[in-house]
Amino acid sequence: MAAANSAAAKNVTPDRSQARGRAKMQEAISGYGFVLPAFVILLVFMILPLVVAGYFSLTDWNGVRPLSGEGAYEFIGLENYQRLLVEGRRVDDFYNALKNTVYYVLGVVPTQTILALVLAVIVNQKWLKGRGFFRTAFYFPSITSSIVVSMIFLFLFSNTGPVNGAIRALFPQYTPISWLADNTGVLHSILGIFGITEASAPVLGDTEIFRISLWEWLSGPSVAMFTIMLLAIWTTIGTMMVVYLAALQNIPSQVYEAAAVDGATQWQVFRGITLPLLRPTTFFVVTLGLIGTFQVFDQIFVLNTDNTKESTMSVAYLVYDLAFGAISDPQMGRATAAAITLFIIIFLATILQRRLTGGDRPVD
Amino acid sequence: MASARVVQPAQAEPPVGSNPRTLIRRALPYIGYAVLIFVAFIEITPFALTIANSFKCDPAITAFPASFIPVPPFGVDCDVRDETGAVVGRLPATAQVNGATFNPTTSGYDQIFSDGEALPRWAFNTVIYAVGITILRLIFDSMAGYSLARLKFPGNRVLFFILLGVLMIPAVVLLIPRFIMLQQLGLLNTFTGYFLVLGADAFGILLMKQFFESIPGEIEEAASVDGANRLITFFRIVLPMATPALVALTIFSFQGQWNNFMDALIIVGTDESMYNLPLGLNQLRGSGQDIQFDLVLAGSVITTLPMAIIFFVFQRYFVEGVSYSGLKG
Repeated sequence: MAAANSAAAKNVTPDRSQARGRAKMQEAISGYGFVLPAFVILLVFMILPLVVAGYFSLTDWNGVRPLSGEGAYEFIGLENYQRLLVEGRRVDDFYNALKNTVYYVLGVVPTQTILALVLAVIVNQKWLKGRGFFRTAFYFPSITSSIVVSMIFLFLFSNTGPVNGAIRALFPQYTPISWLADNTGVLHSILGIFGITEASAPVLGDTEIFRISLWEWLSGPSVAMFTIMLLAIWTTIGTMMVVYLAALQNIPSQVYEAAAVDGATQWQVFRGITLPLLRPTTFFVVTLGLIGTFQVFDQIFVLNTDNTKESTMSVAYLVYDLAFGAISDPQMGRATAAAITLFIIIFLATILQRRLTGGDRPVD
Repeated sequence: MASARVVQPAQAEPPVGSNPRTLIRRALPYIGYAVLIFVAFIEITPFALTIANSFKCDPAITAFPASFIPVPPFGVDCDVRDETGAVVGRLPATAQVNGATFNPTTSGYDQIFSDGEALPRWAFNTVIYAVGITILRLIFDSMAGYSLARLKFPGNRVLFFILLGVLMIPAVVLLIPRFIMLQQLGLLNTFTGYFLVLGADAFGILLMKQFFESIPGEIEEAASVDGANRLITFFRIVLPMATPALVALTIFSFQGQWNNFMDALIIVGTDESMYNLPLGLNQLRGSGQDIQFDLVLAGSVITTLPMAIIFFVFQRYFVEGVSYSGLKG
């Protein structure tokens, strides 16, 4: 508006409104021109694919029959969703993947958020020396490729690797386990300590929900999946810590000084002032965490083996596996249906967490 | 005056042990340091072990992964040869490692660099992908961000909301349709396909838009009054003012593309000569249970090294970039 005005003011012509109109028009043309390249890319490779995914999720296309050919696919309505979610050959695959993914999300997101906050609070202390060193050390893993990190963990947690070696040095009676090849459910092991097994509580084994027994739902992540969770936490806490640290440094010191005058203890200040002021940051960190963990793919792709495929299968990896994994029987339609379902789940989880944490507004 | 100065510290610090709360307060820094040092150890040790073991022969990696101090003689031959020079076996672990020390070899590196020259090709591709996409995003994202922030045109708000919507689309959903579309266009396994798909991103546009909204606009207005072409004004005058945001965008997109696995898998995953380093590294791992750790670890170091150098040189900007987007987000 200001640009249009000043441009018009310079034109000392009788017909100012016409000049102003021309300037406005020029601005609009530039406006469209400037957004054009980026939005063409977003339209063609972000929005259109979403539409294409939605479209193919309603067909029986297998991904092999050429699309140009006659009768490449047929519309089958919501049958893919029904076969995937309600009844069909892949139902237990989907719910198994969903179970693994949910355990993964519930294990990783709270842990990395709380650890990042604790580290940020310590690094933000006035008495701390070597702040730069610690920040660098914590942040460094997140600049490396997920594939490199997977390779490093493959080495660290191998049967003869340094992790088993370190545990053995501390506890000589420990028998080394193959972390990334172990399908034992972590929660099953914990329940076992309290004497709860499938045999002792037959009701758990007999009750089936979505074709998976209640006992199986309660497996927890497998040891292999648990190791991948450690990997995710190890990689991400640095980034999250830097985000928290920036937010902490943004809190004006007067806030703390006022609290000190009132004689509040450090813990009271943290609970009553710091934490509420960090609420938008927490919302950001948890949202990023949810979106990232629900889509866990790279690490699973590298670290799963035939032996652990089932116990480390995530929904994102199932999408890939349905489309490209089974060479003899690819199912593009069902794979896109699984992808769209995951999209909806992530969307709902983000809304739910917004409700639970009170959104991104700070409280006074 | 003098007495007040003497009394004050005594009030602030009562005799040790008189009050458990004071004791805790005094112990806090020690606990804090202990926590930080422990976590730093956990975060750094894996890299140190990876580098150390990448210079061992594979029997030694398996048998003594914890020895980490390289001592001469350097350049050990991992193959045991007979008098004629023919290979008769691998160097036993105990011949290379002695307690915490080991005699380093470059065997792993030699192998990945000599193996049909695949690795140099992957490294080259990675540089092209990362640099090319970073340049495209710097231009397209900043132009779009500027337009959304400053220029008035019908539909400006609508485009902004579309942008927010795009930001929410999970990458997994795009996997299959992008593959189908590139296949139909004949752009699978091509540089063009790679650049087209990733040449602009919603996050970058948003970052630039928010930056342009945070700086005053008088200078460009003055320039536009002079009748200068808006595109020239933008590149000559506006963009140089946006350096902090451009640096953040450069770091995010370069790092993201250097490490990109999922998109590369879809776009160039069916032609080995088009692989980037993450895809190549996955190839080195092989599909069997028998992993050649000397190759895998050397490949990991090679993949990480350029990114690590960039990180240590521009460290400040990395941290600022993350903080910046975090505070805005």
